[in-house]
Amino acid sequence: MKKHTIAVIVNDQPGVLQRVSGLFGRRGFNIESITVGASEEQGLSRMVIVTSGDDHTLEQVTKQLYKLIDVIKVIDLSSNPMVSRELALIKVSAEPASRPEILGVVDTFRAAVVDIGTHSLIVQVIGDTEKIDAIVELLKPYGIRELSRTGVTALNRGNAR
Amino acid sequence: MVTQSATLKSKEEVMERMRKPEVISGSEILLRSLVLEGVDCVFGYPGGAVLYIYDAMHGFSDFNHVLTRHEQGAIHAADGYARASGNVGVCIATSGPGATNLVTGIATAYMDSVPLVVITGNVISSLIGTDAFQEADITGITMPITKHSYMVRDVEDLPRIIHEAFHIANTGRKGPVLIDIPKDVSAAKTLFKPVTDVNIRGYNPTVSPNKLQVDKLIKAIEASERPLILAGGGVVYSGAHEELLEFVTKTEIPITTTLLGLGGFPSGNDLWLGMPGMHGTYTANKSIQAADLLINIGARFDDRVTGKLAGFAPLAKIVHIDIDPAEIGKNVPTDIPIVGDVKTVLQQVNQLAKRADKADAWREQIQESKAQYPFSYKDSDVELKPQWVVEMIHETTHGDAIVTTDVGQHQMWAAQYYKFNKPRSWVTSGGLGTMGFGFPSAIGAQMANPDRVVVSINGDGGMQMCAQELAICAINNIPVKVVILNNQVLGMVRQWQELIHENRFSHIDLAGSPDFVKLAEAYGVKGFRASNKEEARAVWEEAMNHPGPAVVEFVVRRDENVYPMVAQGSTIDQMIMGDAE
Repeated sequence: MKKHTIAVIVNDQPGVLQRVSGLFGRRGFNIESITVGASEEQGLSRMVIVTSGDDHTLEQVTKQLYKLIDVIKVIDLSSNPMVSRELALIKVSAEPASRPEILGVVDTFRAAVVDIGTHSLIVQVIGDTEKIDAIVELLKPYGIRELSRTGVTALNRGNAR
Repeated sequence: MVTQSATLKSKEEVMERMRKPEVISGSEILLRSLVLEGVDCVFGYPGGAVLYIYDAMHGFSDFNHVLTRHEQGAIHAADGYARASGNVGVCIATSGPGATNLVTGIATAYMDSVPLVVITGNVISSLIGTDAFQEADITGITMPITKHSYMVRDVEDLPRIIHEAFHIANTGRKGPVLIDIPKDVSAAKTLFKPVTDVNIRGYNPTVSPNKLQVDKLIKAIEASERPLILAGGGVVYSGAHEELLEFVTKTEIPITTTLLGLGGFPSGNDLWLGMPGMHGTYTANKSIQAADLLINIGARFDDRVTGKLAGFAPLAKIVHIDIDPAEIGKNVPTDIPIVGDVKTVLQQVNQLAKRADKADAWREQIQESKAQYPFSYKDSDVELKPQWVVEMIHETTHGDAIVTTDVGQHQMWAAQYYKFNKPRSWVTSGGLGTMGFGFPSAIGAQMANPDRVVVSINGDGGMQMCAQELAICAINNIPVKVVILNNQVLGMVRQWQELIHENRFSHIDLAGSPDFVKLAEAYGVKGFRASNKEEARAVWEEAMNHPGPAVVEFVVRRDENVYPMVAQGSTIDQMIMGDAE
């Protein structure tokens, strides 16, 4: 099973997210993450979906997506060099004694502390999926109270294709 | 038949009146837009959320409105109308239960690529999302079974949406489009400006094929020793029956047509092998398995056609012509994909196609097989056999009737023993296999073709799923001949329980069914019954001579099975040939 990152340019219409996610559901395609936001053109949104499956599945996903009237374009980002990023907010238990150690991890990952509570910190980290996985792993021993990840957003590199 | 008052006026005069820019309500915009789209018949059922629409319809005579007795009857009728005419079928229902009663019909049309515009009312915009009386999220519910859907939020959008809906329904791979209109939108007034152009950025079906792929097909035909055509509903839907006949005549390649492709090619032609698949002919199935080139024209390699995918057409190079790129390679890996409208593709192919010269031995082999293994059954002089009844219907209607069916054994017998020669003469629920479809779809087929004989063949099970529509046949004098092959059992389920579940017959006995003759008469429709051949011929003649609708019940053998049969999970050359062999 290969991971694929695809971008889907859609009309910014009510129900369009439901159409796209519903299609994945009923055709048995997997969604690992999905992000939606404005695109460079007014009236169009860009979805970035990380899905897994073989090449046949990816071909079917693409063709089925194109059948939706509100889908304008489907781009297989991961078939070319791309920049992919996600953001995570991690609320980690932090008694005063362990804070310096945690800050050490934060510095190494070029992450930031965006909130300090009496017994916890919120760490904000941006990077590709592997980087986020790694910092989460390193912060686990201190006790992760809450974790929120945005899912991947991505663009192909300027000199790609 | 209902008199069509619209035909009395000059059509252009009507259109001129419809186009007139005036301040009118959303409901009037809807009606006018339907007329402008060429709609002459609408099936529907009123209710609270469509009151303004029905109010506008009061005294409106520019199309027929047929009041069915159930929304499901309305949508199946609209479906039959569309399949038998090629025009978009239209039905209207109210919000909530009215809309949800359409769901089976929408799914039926979606699976078989039938163009419908389905109009539902919804509660007042400000009440949407509040669980208001008779509120249902019908656009959400039907998202997986519509080609597209609209919720109209502003009456200003209505003309554009209706025009887009008709365009989307009836182009590319056809299908049902739903328009949900909140009650306040159908009441709101605005200046009507008819919309005539379409500009949908995300929708532009490929019509013309890639020339390179067409050339590959031509080369493959030249090289092939055992070529075979598998033609489906796409031939009928794109109106490509003449092009297909030309293609077969030029290349002399044997052809099999799927259940939905019946009528797309004349059954009298020597090169026609009948239907393939689960209950297809011996020759069609064996030929698919032996072919070195399989040319799929507008079929979608449904599992009832392919049987076990892993062993399907193992020797063949696969060519697939389809308007929907997503169908190509979905089930069967394809060597030569040709995306395009079947008619346009065949027109281009026919310019280059030549006789498949290497296939003479193959043709001979196929003719021998055809002669040796026709569909057959053990006839009886004691009991009435359903196959015999279908043959009699075929004979007496000279193969010229429009035949609609329900789903089950009778459907397969109708497909096997009624020999079609013209497209749009066969109306059956193939993909979804919807019981209750057969009879109401015949009403629609008859409305679209007032001058043709329409015979609806049903089982005693499915007939009871939409029997209430007998009322509209009676009151509108819609002269459908309704055949019920009554074996007092859910026959196809019985057959599977016998052959696959070792005679454990579970909940299939239809004892307690009504006396169908009395049922017909209760609605004011003529009823007949026959239990042997002599009676059958006599009552059928009487029913056919009767100018109005008629129900003819044929009491047939209970334990008859449909053969050949390919058990689920087998390759299609593993056929159970049955007792007729």
